[in-house]
Amino acid sequence: MLEIAHLSKSFGGLAAVRDVSLTVPEGRIVALIGPNGAGKTTLFAMVAGFEKPDEGSVRAFGADITGLAPHRICAHGVVRTFQITQPFAGLTVRENIMVGAYHRVAARAAAARIADEVAQRLGLAERLDQPADRLTVAARKRLELARALATGPRLLLLDEVMAGLNPTEVAEIVAVVRTIAAEGVGIFLIEHVMQAVVSLSDLTYVLSDGALIAEGPTAAIAADPRVIEAYLGHGAAARLARGAALP
Amino acid sequence: MRGPARGRWLVGALCIAAALAVPFVVRSDYLLNFLILVLLAAYLGQAWNVLGGYGGQSSFGHVVFFGTGAYASSILQTRFGVNPWLGLPAAAAAGALVGAAIGFLSFRFGLRGSYFALITLAFAEAFRIVANSVPFTGAGLGILIPLNQSAANFQFRDKPGFYYVALALVLGSLAIAWWLERARFGARLAAVRENEDAAAALGVDAFRCKLAAIALSGGMTAVGGTFYAQYFLYIDPSIAYGVGRSVEILLVAIVGGVGTVFGPLLGALALQAIGELTRAWLDAPPLSLVVYGALLMLIVGFLPNGLIGLTALGRRRRRADA
Repeated sequence: MLEIAHLSKSFGGLAAVRDVSLTVPEGRIVALIGPNGAGKTTLFAMVAGFEKPDEGSVRAFGADITGLAPHRICAHGVVRTFQITQPFAGLTVRENIMVGAYHRVAARAAAARIADEVAQRLGLAERLDQPADRLTVAARKRLELARALATGPRLLLLDEVMAGLNPTEVAEIVAVVRTIAAEGVGIFLIEHVMQAVVSLSDLTYVLSDGALIAEGPTAAIAADPRVIEAYLGHGAAARLARGAALP
Repeated sequence: MRGPARGRWLVGALCIAAALAVPFVVRSDYLLNFLILVLLAAYLGQAWNVLGGYGGQSSFGHVVFFGTGAYASSILQTRFGVNPWLGLPAAAAAGALVGAAIGFLSFRFGLRGSYFALITLAFAEAFRIVANSVPFTGAGLGILIPLNQSAANFQFRDKPGFYYVALALVLGSLAIAWWLERARFGARLAAVRENEDAAAALGVDAFRCKLAAIALSGGMTAVGGTFYAQYFLYIDPSIAYGVGRSVEILLVAIVGGVGTVFGPLLGALALQAIGELTRAWLDAPPLSLVVYGALLMLIVGFLPNGLIGLTALGRRRRRADA
């Protein structure tokens, strides 16, 4: 369970996130969508401890994690992935995943076993001994997910794990994310690929210009005039409703 | 045990046996002195490698730990009558403490890369200047350790004694590197080296990891300083804290192959051999340095993974961009 209350963050004069409050219920898949520059990644960075909020609080599973260091937040079971994949380039896939696994276990053999299991699950088993920097984009995205999963998280923050993948690859990741959620791990994801959002999440928040503009069941959100305008510009919803062609 | 693994242990055991047998075969003091210096350089290079290779934090002032170790045991010995064998752990503790202090100050403020290299260089220079100025360290005169040759006093009558101690140091440092490649601490250290943010997201306390690495590296290097002081029985500020030795220490690791178990050993052997041979063949000192420098440039320029990259041992490891 993640509870974000009145979270704000400015960079100089730019308000990146303004008074955002939202909840990710336990074991659910919740999506955060919004146009580019809406402040989604900044919001994630604050939840995961990479940015300190100016105001507001973040609570995870009952504990106040506001402004804690990332490794401490990980200890609370909240683990993020990165939109721009950040593999440990000089290490192999197995070594990459083991770093995550070491969060749970201290012994090398146990960490290696977890790495093998997780890799199997994410379709990386054949690449375990490859250096991480030789992976394709799709495989790097899987590696991000694999490392985070190896820590044994209670809540995963997935920042665009589907971006840049083809529809087949998206479908594969969607299936994996669903099985992870089925095990009781909460999923909070930022996504532009609507195919993924619609098929995965039942609750969606929409962020625009740093502020929440809509929340609700994903199907309803896609038809919300405020959401359409945020993406397509002022008056777009009305024109769509009239059946007029968009400029 | 699988076949290849058993083979590796066998080769390792044979190498150790051969190294142990060397003083029974080699009678020349010149050659033994050469080997002792190779072993000391390999040991210091491996100590640097713990922080610079595995941890990716390239120190340019590792001599600060070397000198601290040399001074710690020598001062304890000459002023307080402490046996140098007891001075050895004291030196290690002093080196670890100085390492932790420097690490705390620089990592706390997020210094990385060249900035970290520069701050370590500055610390080493500061220590040299202090050692040169205060009476406690003997100031510019340095410290002359009184001659009292006995194994109990860490002053061996002949070279083999020192050779075995240096060999023990190298084997110990190889064991530490071997452990780093297999332990959780080493995996986390490598993760921090490759990508600090990603490591932090996976629950790694990067600051603590780097602090532990610099303390370990500093403690190891300081032990090398004590060995040096006992071998030559004289230290002064420029010997103990000279910039040149910092460069020698990191070159050994870089030429051999950073972040590898056997790189520093190979690097030490190559650098000492090149140094000796250019000195012996080219009588004019400036010319030998020119050749030495040219060879270094060739190695660093054409072998980014170091000499170890040429061998089967280095094939798996590639140099990480620190």
